Amino acid sequence: MDWRYFRRRATNVFNLTGSVLATLFGLSWLFWILWTTFAYGVSAFDWSIFTQNTPAPGNDGGLANAIVGSVIMVSFATLIGTPIGILAGTYLAEYGRTRPIASVIRFLNDILLSAPSIIVGLFVYELIVLRVGHFSAWAGAVALAIIMLPVVIRTTEEMLRLVPNTLREAALALGAPHWKMITLVAYRAALSGVITGILLAVARIAGETAPLLFTALNNQFWSTNLSQPMANLPVVIFQFAMSPYESWHALAWAGSLLITLSVLALSIIARTLLRKARMEYS
Amino acid sequence: MMNLSQDVAVDTGAMSKIQVRDLNFYYGKYHALKDINLSIAANKVTAFIGPSGCGKSTLLRTFNRMYELYPDQRATGDILLDGENVLSPRADVYRLRARVGMVFQKPTPFPMTIYENIAYGVQLYEKLRRSDMDDRVEWALQQAALWDEVKGKLKQSGMSLSGGQQQRLCIARAIAVKPEVVLLDEPASALDPISTLKIEELIYELKRNYTIVIVTHNMQQAARVSDFTAFMYLGDLIEFGDTNAIFTNPSNKQTEDYITGRYG
Ligand SMILES: Nc1ncnc2c1ncn2[C@@H]1O[C@H](COP(=O)(O)OP(=O)(O)OP(=O)(O)O)[C@@H](O)[C@H]1O
Ligand SMILES: [Mg+2]
Repeated sequence: MDWRYFRRRATNVFNLTGSVLATLFGLSWLFWILWTTFAYGVSAFDWSIFTQNTPAPGNDGGLANAIVGSVIMVSFATLIGTPIGILAGTYLAEYGRTRPIASVIRFLNDILLSAPSIIVGLFVYELIVLRVGHFSAWAGAVALAIIMLPVVIRTTEEMLRLVPNTLREAALALGAPHWKMITLVAYRAALSGVITGILLAVARIAGETAPLLFTALNNQFWSTNLSQPMANLPVVIFQFAMSPYESWHALAWAGSLLITLSVLALSIIARTLLRKARMEYS
Repeated sequence: MMNLSQDVAVDTGAMSKIQVRDLNFYYGKYHALKDINLSIAANKVTAFIGPSGCGKSTLLRTFNRMYELYPDQRATGDILLDGENVLSPRADVYRLRARVGMVFQKPTPFPMTIYENIAYGVQLYEKLRRSDMDDRVEWALQQAALWDEVKGKLKQSGMSLSGGQQQRLCIARAIAVKPEVVLLDEPASALDPISTLKIEELIYELKRNYTIVIVTHNMQQAARVSDFTAFMYLGDLIEFGDTNAIFTNPSNKQTEDYITGRYG
């Protein structure tokens, strides 16, 4: 056999084995984490977590107020972050494109995208909590919105860029003004992609703890008042897991399972939509 | 090479709808159209032919100012539509595009239903009652010879149609806004022979009511559908005149070489 040919094969086998092993190594951690979460979470799971509020130290209870708090804050964050993110992404993809300012915005957005969330928490703490004088769900929602924003901007821009220029030209050739071309044609074409981005962003903020520690903090009682501190799953998990009480540990595991399942569901829906979006224009 | 453009601004004998005067076009620094002069006859089919890259699409895209989308592209000279200069900054580009429709090489159905695809353009200009809109959609689809194939599935996505049907949908969409001129950039190049034939028949029908400009690579097609033919080469308009004359007795050596298939 040709020596060169043999060497190529050997290199190939070597690289293939290496990358498979590396993948297995990485994935094994992920599955370990998932498995632990499921094992402990399922055994700690009880339907009463949906009906009872977080207990006093050492007592039994549920997570109802934390679940509702998380849903409220994530919803408001989405309501704030989505329109701003879509508009900014639209600017970058449709209007800014070649302008230098667009590259600057894109660069800043990338920085924001990788900024540690605790910094966002501190920022909102300075901006809202200190000025108002107390922790509040509003501040929590704002912090989450800021974390969500760059994800939405990024995906909106990318999905709009997937829309072929010929489609834009076709709409404009009918005499449509630019904004009508965008709202009626480009958005429709990019719809599933943009929704994917929003879902991924929601998944991203659903488990954020650090920004909420500085903003919404926690609340042992049932509260839907946005101007007051509000319970939420991540902070409850954080506090309960650090506590010395068995019953609190169990609740922390159940909460982790809930978050993991929601994020998993969101990601699966998002992936499915994304595959659809890519297929429409490939 | 001698620049013959000035000489080929022949009188087509018919009433002219569009007159192009001393048109130059630039992609950044690249000079893509050089001193083009020609006139497009009303209610006739004018074909642009020439080897790839000679500027046929570029010329077509100046008629509805499509190039304006791209900041580095610009045109100088005059394009008169019924005597009005459409390149003048004062000319309203939306009104221009309402009067001059365009169909692209690749079918470009919008991601919406067949019905909405047609209604989209109409809604830009007219507030029609539902029943009037239904009539308009049907009329446009009839004109594009597509009605019989889609009448039962107007609520289906326009993207679910075959390539040839999509292209006729795009023609219907362009016609629905009742333009005066229809620009077709290689409308049949992505289609099979049967769909191509349908489009050609359609063009023949349409010229009763519209002025048509078509870019094509297919010599037989140009000979079949057009009344006038313009041959372009490297940004110059080499020869322009009656299609029969061009195909049977070209006065220019380059034209002859091209239509007999000796280059391009
Ligand atoms: N967006 C662009 N930027 C720069 N140059 C361009 C651009 N579009 C076209 N050109 C150049 O302008 C010239 C004319 O192009 P045009 O697309 O009008 O040719 P065409 O005759 O339509 O060719 P084809 O038959 O291949 O469609 C070509 O040399 C092309 O390279
Ligand atoms: Mg072309």
